[in-house]
Amino acid sequence: MTNRPRLPDPNGPELADSTLAVHAGEDRLKVGNAMTDAIFCSATYTFPDTQAAIDYATLKLPREEYGRYGNPTERVAERKLAALEGGEGAILYSTGMAAISSLLMATLQSGDEVVLFDECYHRTRELCKKHLGKFGVVTHQVPACDYERMEAAINERTRLLISESPTNPHLSVVDLERFASLGKKHQVATMIDATLATPYNVKPLSYGIDYVVHSCTKYLGGHNDLLGGAVIGSEQALEPVRALRGATGMCIGPHEVYLLLRGIKTFELRMLRHNENGLRVARFLEGHPRVEKVYYPGLESHRDHEVAKRTMRGYGGLITFLVKDADHVQTAAVVDATTIPRIGPSLGGVESLIEQPIVMSYHSFTKEQREAVGIRDNMIRLACGIENPEDLIADLKQALER
Amino acid sequence: MKFRTRAIHVGNERDPLTGAVVRPIHLATTYVQPGAGEWGEFDYSRSGNPTRKALETTLASLESGCGALAYASGMAAIHGVTMLLSAGDHVLAGTDVYGGTYRLLHKVVNRAGIDVSLAPATDLDAFEAAIRPETRLVWIESPGNPLLSITDIAACAEIAHRHGALLGVDNTFATPVLTRPLELGADIVMHSATKYLGGHSDVLGGALVVRDKELYDRLYFLQNATGAVLAPLESFLCSRGIKTLELRVREQCRTAQRLAEWLDGDDRIARVLYPGLPDHPGHAIAARQMDGAFGAMLSFEVAGDFAAAKRVAESTKLFQLAVSLGAVESLIEQPASMSHASYDRDARLAHGIRDGLIRLSVGLEDFEDLQGDLDQALAWISQAGGRHLA
Ligand SMILES: Cc1ncc(COP(=O)(O)O)c(C=O)c1O
Ligand SMILES: Cc1ncc(COP(=O)(O)O)c(C=O)c1O
Repeated sequence: MTNRPRLPDPNGPELADSTLAVHAGEDRLKVGNAMTDAIFCSATYTFPDTQAAIDYATLKLPREEYGRYGNPTERVAERKLAALEGGEGAILYSTGMAAISSLLMATLQSGDEVVLFDECYHRTRELCKKHLGKFGVVTHQVPACDYERMEAAINERTRLLISESPTNPHLSVVDLERFASLGKKHQVATMIDATLATPYNVKPLSYGIDYVVHSCTKYLGGHNDLLGGAVIGSEQALEPVRALRGATGMCIGPHEVYLLLRGIKTFELRMLRHNENGLRVARFLEGHPRVEKVYYPGLESHRDHEVAKRTMRGYGGLITFLVKDADHVQTAAVVDATTIPRIGPSLGGVESLIEQPIVMSYHSFTKEQREAVGIRDNMIRLACGIENPEDLIADLKQALER
Repeated sequence: MKFRTRAIHVGNERDPLTGAVVRPIHLATTYVQPGAGEWGEFDYSRSGNPTRKALETTLASLESGCGALAYASGMAAIHGVTMLLSAGDHVLAGTDVYGGTYRLLHKVVNRAGIDVSLAPATDLDAFEAAIRPETRLVWIESPGNPLLSITDIAACAEIAHRHGALLGVDNTFATPVLTRPLELGADIVMHSATKYLGGHSDVLGGALVVRDKELYDRLYFLQNATGAVLAPLESFLCSRGIKTLELRVREQCRTAQRLAEWLDGDDRIARVLYPGLPDHPGHAIAARQMDGAFGAMLSFEVAGDFAAAKRVAESTKLFQLAVSLGAVESLIEQPASMSHASYDRDARLAHGIRDGLIRLSVGLEDFEDLQGDLDQALAWISQAGGRHLA
């Protein structure tokens, strides 16, 4: 039997996301006729003779050379992610931060400027302001979803517009069409960290965004057992980014790539469940007398609900809420009284996680610094896993009503 | 806690040393002991391993047992059960048991002076009549392979116990999501973890779960003495698979049900064998014994000959041509030329496995994508001149 084309086959039928998650990017006949992709641990790849090595170098033949430049298992995962995002290509990294920092380093140089929506993973903010600042890159921070302020901050040195969507931990949702058109109008590249959205809920490239980045540590891996990151876009946009990875070497390991591939097989199922759990738990919290406010884009009360409804298929598993009339100790008591979610940072895995941002991500911030980015003492961030939603709700109820 | 929550949390408590939300994979073969003659929880990896123990704890919870044992393969697990027997004992198994079980009983177990016979477990009177005074073990499977016959587990438990035998159930096809045999009176439940439990075509493994501590101790002794334990990396992958077990199985069953209904109304198909169809002979029992769904295995006969069925099985693009089952990838096979090719044709036909039979293991792909794929493959049937043309 001859090998069939990889899916999605441009000449074949269009396939749904669940089918892509299982099959996209994989060879139909694999090494040894195996059902699943092999884990290639090889650090280097050999040539049958010198001429073959010369041919590879001069003709740029599509084959492996050395692990830092690519690995067969990794390429499968990159093609799968590209297919799910509707991009031409993807590049994998050792972590989400490696993906973000690589993209920034590949697209920016000294004297360039970036404009950033201020609500984002604090390490991304730190990376731009502190580390890139050292190399002479200037960062302008504007309030999330304030497109006028963003436009006002753009000048002829601006090279990149950056946002997350939804943002962490306030779950603001960016109007991607508007964000992309700002970039197009001023000929500035746009990057969306869509870690919290995932390609199941939104596909930013389809709105004209140039780069999508993910912490694959979260929903894509999905089992809290791997670190990884990805940049996805058109081949042209990715070219300098790929070249830089070969130079800096922020590669993901083959075992982690395999776990990522395996995680993506159940991606749609998990997302459906995260979305359902997120919405049900958010509604429960909103109706609870001990809860002051719930940040969840699926709730009508959320500032960006209209944008979210228009652009997202579901709203994910992350919920942020404020405990009514509680100081940080009383808030901690709610966290500590839960029995199903484990206390810890991160999100997107099958296991629910809960944390108080002031003691985790924002522990080193002063109160003023925290308040400037909207982090309150009575704030709890809950990353719903895929447990039974009634179990989660019952657990939160007893924790709030203690 | 509900099933899905237990699948994620029971056995997977946070690592006490580091707080890791996913426990480390313990590859160590031996463990340092507190003192000479004093034993810690783990001593040597064949006797016990923390990563394997975590999987066993989850499985015991999901199957409502007192304990579980993880084996190197499904066959190793069944073999573990047969080692409970002694020369002179008799085993009665259902006629629809997996071929590897048939081979184990008739070519390996029998050499120890153990008598083996088969009887149809779907006919309870005939099944009970086949029990002998020395019958110690009754072994059944539901749904059966490849005809998806349904066996009444509670009734078989009563029969076995009436005659002083243990009932073992191979629950590989149903999974604990749908059927928990120990709750229905069975003594031992067995899995090829290679299938739905692992779920990703990348773990070879097996498991036994029991209700009775004394029986657990005997099985544990045999496993430790003979050594067919599941390795730590496989235990980890299997535990990881179980976290999405309920989601996968329910979704795969939903798609299988829709495919069965669609195939049932298609005139290129002679008959569909799926317990979720009301005219399936085991439908009523399945509706009682399986929790809200009928499994993700489905067989059908095309209206055509051996060559036509072979053509169909070779023409799908999403369904891949392979044996095994239970994973996220959909598989197709022709029992007459693949899983049951070792039978001679008359024996195979007598068993109800006809030339036109095709078996599907329905995976996680989108229903319409799978339907479209089968539809184009079935084009061979009209061309070959199927029933509707005759
Ligand atoms: C939105 C977002 N982007 C990026 C990251 C960084 O990813 P990683 O932890 O994989 O480096 C995280 C989480 O840590 C995140 O939540
Ligand atoms: C129902 C059933 N039982 C037992 C087995 C044997 O399991 P394993 O292949 O893991 O040894 C299989 C599959 O091969 C099976 O389908």
